[in-house]
Amino acid sequence: MRLRTLILAAASVVAIASPALAQELTAITGGRVLTGSSIIENGTVVIQNGRVVSVGSGAAPSGARVIDARGKVVSPGFVAVDSGLGGSEVSSVGGSDDLRNSANSISASFDVSYGLDPWSFTLPVARLGGITRAIVMPSHAGGGGGGHSHDDSDFAGVGHAGLQSPGLFAGQAAIIHLAEGTDILVKPRVAMVAPFGEAGAGIVGGARGAQFTQFKETLAEVRLYARNKAAYDRAGLRELSLSRADLEALIPVANGQMPLIVTVRRAADIQQVLRLAREEGVKVILDGAEEAWLVADQIASAGVPVLLNPISNLPGNLETRAARMQNAAALNAAGVVIAIKGNEGSIHRAREARYNAGNAVSHGLPYEAAIAALTVNPARIFGMTGQFGELRAGAAADVVVWSGDPLEPLSLAETIFVNGQEQAPTSRQFLLRDRYRDGGEGAMPPAYTR
Amino acid sequence: MKIDRMRGVSLAVMAAVGLGLSACATTGDDSSESSGSSDRAERTPLATGLDASSNRDPFPSTYRGLPRENMAIVGGTVFDGAGRRFENGVVVVTDGRVVAVGDASTAIPAGHRSVDARGRFVTPGIIDTHSHLGVYPSPGVQGMSDGNEATSPNTAQVWAEHSLWPQDPGFNHARAGGITTLQILPGSANLFGGRGVTVRNIPSVTMQGMKMPGAPYGLKMACGENPSRVYGSRNQSPATGMGNMAGYRAAFIAARDYKAKWDKWREDGEGSPPTRNLQNETLVGVLDGSILVQNHCYRADEMAQMVDLSREFGFRITAFHHAIEAYKVAPMLAREGICADMWTGWWGFKMESLDGIEANAALVDAPENGCAVIHSDDAELTQRLNQEAAASLAAGRRIGMDISEERAIRWITLNAARSLGIADQTGSLEAGKRADVVIWSANPFSVYARADQVFVDGGLAFDRMNPAYQPVSDYELGQPGFGLSAANVTQGAR
Repeated sequence: MRLRTLILAAASVVAIASPALAQELTAITGGRVLTGSSIIENGTVVIQNGRVVSVGSGAAPSGARVIDARGKVVSPGFVAVDSGLGGSEVSSVGGSDDLRNSANSISASFDVSYGLDPWSFTLPVARLGGITRAIVMPSHAGGGGGGHSHDDSDFAGVGHAGLQSPGLFAGQAAIIHLAEGTDILVKPRVAMVAPFGEAGAGIVGGARGAQFTQFKETLAEVRLYARNKAAYDRAGLRELSLSRADLEALIPVANGQMPLIVTVRRAADIQQVLRLAREEGVKVILDGAEEAWLVADQIASAGVPVLLNPISNLPGNLETRAARMQNAAALNAAGVVIAIKGNEGSIHRAREARYNAGNAVSHGLPYEAAIAALTVNPARIFGMTGQFGELRAGAAADVVVWSGDPLEPLSLAETIFVNGQEQAPTSRQFLLRDRYRDGGEGAMPPAYTR
Repeated sequence: MKIDRMRGVSLAVMAAVGLGLSACATTGDDSSESSGSSDRAERTPLATGLDASSNRDPFPSTYRGLPRENMAIVGGTVFDGAGRRFENGVVVVTDGRVVAVGDASTAIPAGHRSVDARGRFVTPGIIDTHSHLGVYPSPGVQGMSDGNEATSPNTAQVWAEHSLWPQDPGFNHARAGGITTLQILPGSANLFGGRGVTVRNIPSVTMQGMKMPGAPYGLKMACGENPSRVYGSRNQSPATGMGNMAGYRAAFIAARDYKAKWDKWREDGEGSPPTRNLQNETLVGVLDGSILVQNHCYRADEMAQMVDLSREFGFRITAFHHAIEAYKVAPMLAREGICADMWTGWWGFKMESLDGIEANAALVDAPENGCAVIHSDDAELTQRLNQEAAASLAAGRRIGMDISEERAIRWITLNAARSLGIADQTGSLEAGKRADVVIWSANPFSVYARADQVFVDGGLAFDRMNPAYQPVSDYELGQPGFGLSAANVTQGAR
């Protein structure tokens, strides 16, 4: 056993050393290439030094390693939005959850990037679903999509269901990549997150009108602080309700530089949020937005993008009574830029984003729009156009070769590159699977197998 | 109510209910003298309601089925649910029953309407063995949360059907995903959560109007973290896994004792009869095999302990639900004849779900007599059990398992029926069974497939193209967005 262990250990060293391979000139040829914004039949994708060199229909450059993708589909790696990847291992284990904070003085200033774990066992699982980037968002009561609890136990009075965010803001989101290695952070503090609707109102005292009032008052304080930092520091400013850290964090929101991701469901609340954004000069991204189709034109004319889960079609509470499977299609048709989410906070079930996109297609969303909603759109929404989420020259070489249409559950991600680095096609789950695939009843206990 | 006369549901009527389609709402209050099988002529019958045997079916089904016509579904690719596949197949339905399934040469009786399924796929109606529709309905607001009687670790006395709100819009959504039969279960806070009920997925004003005639009750039991967390946090037992097991054993000891008392009283008629106890009555139903154990249980080691428990008290476990680690004991489950009702993609939300793998169903399906089932436990997922099965199929194929689609469809049809004890009634397109049929727009293992038509007992319950067959519940009427089209699709088309 020892010898075998050594060999395996050596193999894993090779795997860890594989970033060097990102330098290699590689051509993926003959596949149906989904660039993110277009489709090329029999296309060629060339990558080197971690970036896409070219995308087209030419031959592979000489000297390149060639991956034959004939009969297969080549796509950009997908971008999980509203994700908790790297920030939570086991949902019910509070100590492993670094997505939610309960200190009153650290609300807007809460920065998820410090809690991210490159060794999280959730990352390889998501990667096998074609996810190569994620927008990791701090969580709050009222987030996470449909509001369904696991295995019907949460109603017993345990779990997150009763918690509320202590401040108006859940904190700041970060962008990660999912490559193996020691550093997954791409960019911290890319957006601020705040719940509105029932969840937001609940923070302030229960009524929506109170939250909007407090929100405006908060921005007024931030602006006052920003103009008078010196006075604030010598205690020469009137007392402000936020901590200094929160005031600082909100300056880019107040001046319209940092987008504010607003979790909101009800059409009426969406209208109010659009109005608030207009009045305050705040740049917003809608998240959830189950009833958005009712006000699609207003969202489109405001130029506001939407992060949504197209399968959220149940009237799960009184904020989502108009939820429909056609939400994605209707918003896209109105000209709204949409990104499609995975399920349940896009951590363990982030990989299901591609199925959600497929279901949006079967409910009216054009296929190319669905692919865009997993790739170029999230990059664009978070200011990363051309950096990733697209197969075009200069973008990060996040490339997935699929056995077939990536939106189909029967299709598998066969070869995965992140930043040009080929990823080992395995996960903790695959190790478990392989240990028991022969029934687990051999003479030696399964524990001797790995 | 000191009436001596029993509420006599005759055995003949019971049999008719069991057979199905006849709408027997008979109560027969004054029609006959007592007819319970254990009655003795010399004994005065107990007052109404005090003897369980006098009325085995106190909340009887009034299910009638929808209007139906005889038909032949022709030209589609048929997965019959029993493992067979027919290209250009024929499914003949007469009087709400399947009478023939086969290839294009299958004879079609005169007068049967021809339903054109060319280019489409035909499967049995999909069965969800683990649903909380109606008991945890939409909207999931306080006041509507009726699924967990989390007041005691043993609530075997409660019945999910008494919480079931038939206006839950989720039933309509599920039907649009091909679901024709569901088991509605209580939650998993308790060791014994109560009885589940199997329903036909047609719109109804009453629970009784959906209740599947003749389907056995299930008893929801729960292993693991949930009971010990819920009660341990209240500083009461069970607070641990060992407390869970002690709780099951104590309950079955009480049930055995209760059964012995009734048996003795029925045998010799001496003394006062035992006082009827609904909690023990449900457990006695488990002991005599009339109520099926539907056991929420995640971990392999706990499944093995539950099997030993069942031997200690002499009952059978029909299915382990969620069964995250079923693949670790797949050969044992097959030997014991226990189904594993599973998700494909759910894992990691608590410690006992940590080892969930996508290939679970494929590995459970592999041994001879394996019974793999894909279930939902979720009002969203139930709309797409076909896709969840597809993801399991893909995971099996990924490791080289040669699993056909006509085999995998059983995970949401015939195996699911077996898991509910109704495989003689539905779950496959075989002669004599209920004509529960879905016509899909494409291969149901494709994400793009939609259920075009859904038939329950041969009656058209949903038609994606025809608004006349697109029910909306009372709750959906007049709500925001009602009557408006989204992306040019009307609400009822889902």
